[in-house]
Amino acid sequence: MSIIRYSCLLAAGLGLAVAVCLPAARAETVKVGVVLPLSGGAADVGQTEVRALKLYYKQHKAELGDNDIVLIERDSKEPSGATAMTLTRELVVQDKVDLLLGYQFSPDAIASAKVATQAKKPMILVNAQSSYLTTLSPYIVRLSTTIWQISYPAGRYAYEKLGCKSLIVGYSDFAPGRDVLAAVKAGYEKAGGNLMDAVPMGGPAQVPDYTPFLQRIANEHPKCMFVFTPAGNFNPPLARTYSDLRMKQSGIRFLGTGDVSDDTTLQQLGDNAVGWITVGHYTADLDTPANQQFVAAWRKEYGNDVPPDFFAVQAYDAMAAVFHIVKTLNGHIDADKAIASLRGWRHDSPRGPIMIDPETRDIVQNIYVQEIVKRDGKLAIKILDTIPAVKDPCKALKAPACAK
Amino acid sequence: MADPDPLEAAADPEALGRAAQAFVRARDDLRPADAIPWLLALAVPFLLSQECAFGTQILIMVLFALSLDFILGYAGIVTLGQAAYFGLGAYTAGLLSARLGWNEPISGLLAAGLVAAAAGAVSGWILLRYRHLALLMLTIAISTILYELANTWSWLTGGFDGLMGISISPLLGVFDWDLEGRTSYLYALVVSMLCFLALRRITVSPFGQTLHGIRENTARMRAIGVPVLGRLTLAYTISAGIAGIGGGLLAQANSFITMQVLSFDTSAAVLTMLVLGGTGRLYGAMVGAVVYMLAADRLARLSPEYWELGVGLLLVFVVLVCPDGLFGVVDRLRRRGWRWRQ
Amino acid sequence: MSPSLHAALSILFDGLGYAMILFTMSVGLSVTMGLMGVVNLAHGAFAMLGGYVAMVVTTRLGLPFLPALALASLTVLAASVPVERTLYQRIYRRPELQQMLLTIGLTMILMALTTFAFGPAPVSLPLPDFLNGQIILAGRGFPVYRAFIVLIGVTLFIVLRLGLERTMLGAKIRAAVDNPAMAEAAGIDTRWLFTLTFALGTALAALGGALAVNVVGLTPRFALEYLVVLLAVISMGGLGTVTGTFVASLVIGTIENAGRYLFPAGGAFFIYAAVVLVLLYRPAGLYGRS
Repeated sequence: MSIIRYSCLLAAGLGLAVAVCLPAARAETVKVGVVLPLSGGAADVGQTEVRALKLYYKQHKAELGDNDIVLIERDSKEPSGATAMTLTRELVVQDKVDLLLGYQFSPDAIASAKVATQAKKPMILVNAQSSYLTTLSPYIVRLSTTIWQISYPAGRYAYEKLGCKSLIVGYSDFAPGRDVLAAVKAGYEKAGGNLMDAVPMGGPAQVPDYTPFLQRIANEHPKCMFVFTPAGNFNPPLARTYSDLRMKQSGIRFLGTGDVSDDTTLQQLGDNAVGWITVGHYTADLDTPANQQFVAAWRKEYGNDVPPDFFAVQAYDAMAAVFHIVKTLNGHIDADKAIASLRGWRHDSPRGPIMIDPETRDIVQNIYVQEIVKRDGKLAIKILDTIPAVKDPCKALKAPACAK
Repeated sequence: MADPDPLEAAADPEALGRAAQAFVRARDDLRPADAIPWLLALAVPFLLSQECAFGTQILIMVLFALSLDFILGYAGIVTLGQAAYFGLGAYTAGLLSARLGWNEPISGLLAAGLVAAAAGAVSGWILLRYRHLALLMLTIAISTILYELANTWSWLTGGFDGLMGISISPLLGVFDWDLEGRTSYLYALVVSMLCFLALRRITVSPFGQTLHGIRENTARMRAIGVPVLGRLTLAYTISAGIAGIGGGLLAQANSFITMQVLSFDTSAAVLTMLVLGGTGRLYGAMVGAVVYMLAADRLARLSPEYWELGVGLLLVFVVLVCPDGLFGVVDRLRRRGWRWRQ
Repeated sequence: MSPSLHAALSILFDGLGYAMILFTMSVGLSVTMGLMGVVNLAHGAFAMLGGYVAMVVTTRLGLPFLPALALASLTVLAASVPVERTLYQRIYRRPELQQMLLTIGLTMILMALTTFAFGPAPVSLPLPDFLNGQIILAGRGFPVYRAFIVLIGVTLFIVLRLGLERTMLGAKIRAAVDNPAMAEAAGIDTRWLFTLTFALGTALAALGGALAVNVVGLTPRFALEYLVVLLAVISMGGLGTVTGTFVASLVIGTIENAGRYLFPAGGAFFIYAAVVLVLLYRPAGLYGRS
């Protein structure tokens, strides 16, 4: 046996010994790459989500035992997909992360899905709500919601329970808004209704003057209108225009997705919004022990100014999923095992009981019908009804939007 | 060949031509120093292979900025709508693959360049009659209209969510697109180098000198019989073609694009990069794109929320302290060194 | 009233309200660009600052809305003087490229500082009760706030027209727009004239920004969101003309409103198509001199 072969064997043997022995002995640090918009138009949302990740970590760190989790945050800036994908690659190649988490916008998730598949990294979606995203990679798990999960039941509920015999949908005119339209329409028609009109309300680049859109709706005199605009900056002007045009007084009921009653901007809507009915998956006013604890912890950590909103709880639960993976696998992250551990995972979230659908890797959760009310001089959200354990209807119905 | 005597040249038209040729050849000579940036770029996949993904994005912006420098720096056309051609190229390459199943990269890239160039020829012929604010606004308006169309026709373009299903076959049928992004990096590097050499050749050609003349004194060039609009349109076409190739590269390297490629932000960003580096010397486009992209990325890591502050301060600093752009400083130092040696 | 007449009235009135916001925000830009020849991409940032100052004054200092509007304009006016003296005066004679770069840089700095101070989330500016109601005209209700904006816009137009035509300052500005060298030779101190005009222009931007909060909301991104529309207005109207800016605001406001009401899927297509058409035939704008 030549000396070279001998040393090769020796090295291989040593390597094997190291590989077998070390993991059991050493505490693992799991690296989580976080890709979220921390600057640009969605900076406020991205920063809320990072706060939620950190809050969960702080509260639950002790459960990890010897293991630990580090977050490596990256700023995905504007939703072009290119930045998010480049950052994801860097996180995988340079920082050698074990898990990927974040992705506010669908394009960011779409662009990065291939990287997750190629690199075999679990990718936990904190927002990105287009239904078909989970079909793009076997490693994607979604902890937020899908657009259809909210808007389809909302459409049905409007016709069946709220007596909206005529309905006009107003939506921000870009892919998510059109998805909302398709979902509300499908649900409304399923219940037996027929949409009166659908009004695209300007692109996502800037907040429009809503007057012409709402005026058009007002002049058609529907019983109800259903509105989707991106959460945040788009909502206060919407409420003002609704009030300026006296739409409530003309008897047009306002319905919308949870985005328009987003807890962060709720107080800015003013009294104009009292009586609005929105359909969503979380509000800080949810009256459950898990949520009260969460909200109290949030206020203690980040002050009383702004309550957590649905973005916060999405990120909070995403971090819970990361903890679940790390605890189940004892810090040794293997993508397939990680995904397997999340299939059928049940968790008591501030938003109520949630589960990851074993087949689609999408979340199953309660959807709430909520009303904006005035309580103690401030706006608050009252739960009118709960639609329990809703699965993403888009995939279940094989709607064209999910056939991608 | 000895340089012809200028006096003799003035008397003899043939000698004048020879002098002009010699002048052009002298400027065309690529010096060894010209290889430095490309050698540095070539070293990245071997020494810093983990930077390839980001490097590819930088190279694409370098190419895009080069296209802008050609019309802005050499022909003096100030535009805020260059994203129109970048985006057209991106959508051409993207749609070829995603909708028509044409996955061969190089032909896709050529198609991207051709479509963008055709659009540049048509729009240039109309737009280049205008100057100043009117030209700025027209270029903004046209790219905004394209952006709106990309949003409205989302059945075709994928709109805000982006164009899915781009799947590029291995480069030359051999090199697969790896996770680290070495293939796409080298691909982008070769393409941008070829485009750079072509632009360099054009800028020192008589045509390039004509553009220079038009920039400095349009009326005089018109007086000596130069078809100004035609020359400018040709330059605009070339520039649009190269921007289109840049866009095509983006679509192919990322296998994904969104309507963001057509946005005003994209036009403003590339203009910023170019002016940051310095116009009218091609190398300014390189330096500007590299510095801007690196600054935006690294500052965002230090403090994600406030990278804009850093980039903003950099821009103000550049305008006030080195108005010829960052590369202008290099030029100034070089000239000073030259004088000192003499 | 027939439905179509009803719709037409809505379009016209609502378009007027939007147009007057555009006018208030852009007229300062038109005059300063016409006078100083600076491509000032930071104008939107000053409008954004106006909105934030008004927000601070009402919600944190507890002052009423109208004084807040005035304070917003005055604060930004005061702040703009040193900015003009230290930054803008250095770029008046520079190529437009460098002007764009500097003002984009300034915009980014102001946006970042605002984010630093107030966070990236949207803020609101509560209106007093008397601006919240509706007035009934010709059997139809109109929002008081819209009427208020129209009132401010029209008053501003008249004051600016008269000011430019009847006052010494106006005469100096017109002289300097027409021929800066000649104006200087005639003994006009153009440096201070520039500073003053710039300050007035940005103060108007701030007023427009504060007025716009209740129509289109406010975040630090406002500085860029409406910049392109403002450029469209001033290039369609022509540089340095109050009347041109007024007319262009009306045209763009009405087209945008009618387009959104009648063909909401058309997005921003209509206004940009209109801008292209006007500029192709009149490159210097409707009222500009080529």
